[in-house]
Amino acid sequence: MNWYNIVFYLFALIVLVSAAGVVFSRKMMYAAFSLLFTFFGVAGLYVLLNADFIAVTQIMVYIGGILILIIFGVMLTSKFTDLEIKSGTTGTVQYVLAGISTIIVAAALIIMYLNVDWVQNPVPELESTVKPIGILLMTKYFLAFQVAAILLLLAFIGAAKIARRK
Amino acid sequence: MLQSIPLEYYLIISAVIFIIGSIGVITRRNAIIIFMSIELMLNAVNLTLVSFSSFLGDVSGQIFVFFVMSVAAAEAAIGLAIILALFRSKQTIYVDEVNLLKW
Repeated sequence: MNWYNIVFYLFALIVLVSAAGVVFSRKMMYAAFSLLFTFFGVAGLYVLLNADFIAVTQIMVYIGGILILIIFGVMLTSKFTDLEIKSGTTGTVQYVLAGISTIIVAAALIIMYLNVDWVQNPVPELESTVKPIGILLMTKYFLAFQVAAILLLLAFIGAAKIARRK
Repeated sequence: MLQSIPLEYYLIISAVIFIIGSIGVITRRNAIIIFMSIELMLNAVNLTLVSFSSFLGDVSGQIFVFFVMSVAAAEAAIGLAIILALFRSKQTIYVDEVNLLKW
């Protein structure tokens, strides 16, 4: 049991507990803060997987952007008269059906993951992934990169148009 | 280092996150909670892609994670704008109270 394993299990615990907190908490702000811990935990798992660029991008895009947007959404869509911002759920029938169907999907996924003999190459020693990702983005995936930029521009114009008061 | 945890553990963690997110999408009625659950599912898929990419020793998988993140950012902006417009016109964000297209 070295430090790598301890850190892995710690991050796994954080991610799973806070992901459950997002879905099962009654108050919306608690769900939003659980989502913060989930994003941090997934970023930690990326670091353990030697994906430093993706880990930093996760923190910047998800925590710095999407989570702030979601918290603004929670704030703007709550009626200020009731301080307890709660959110309801569906009935028991839906819970049972959702539980059964998701357990079937989960069992199928986990059995497949454990039984397939995945191709694994010997991993080279630790080095930054920023440079190879930058080279790939500017050569092989250049068109997709530009299309993603245009998509983001259009999305932000559309979001401003939709959310604006008439 | 990387090999001290097998690939299957990362895959199982991401499968469990995906399942938790799909439970949220199915059972919750609040549009913003559904939205957060969708973000959880996207994160699970990203984690799968990154773990395959790292264990394969090929960074191309991380490029796809980058694109998934940019699409998720666009989706977050548009989705929250739609939720805000919905709240402004219907005074609710509970998805079962929004039944304009139901017949």
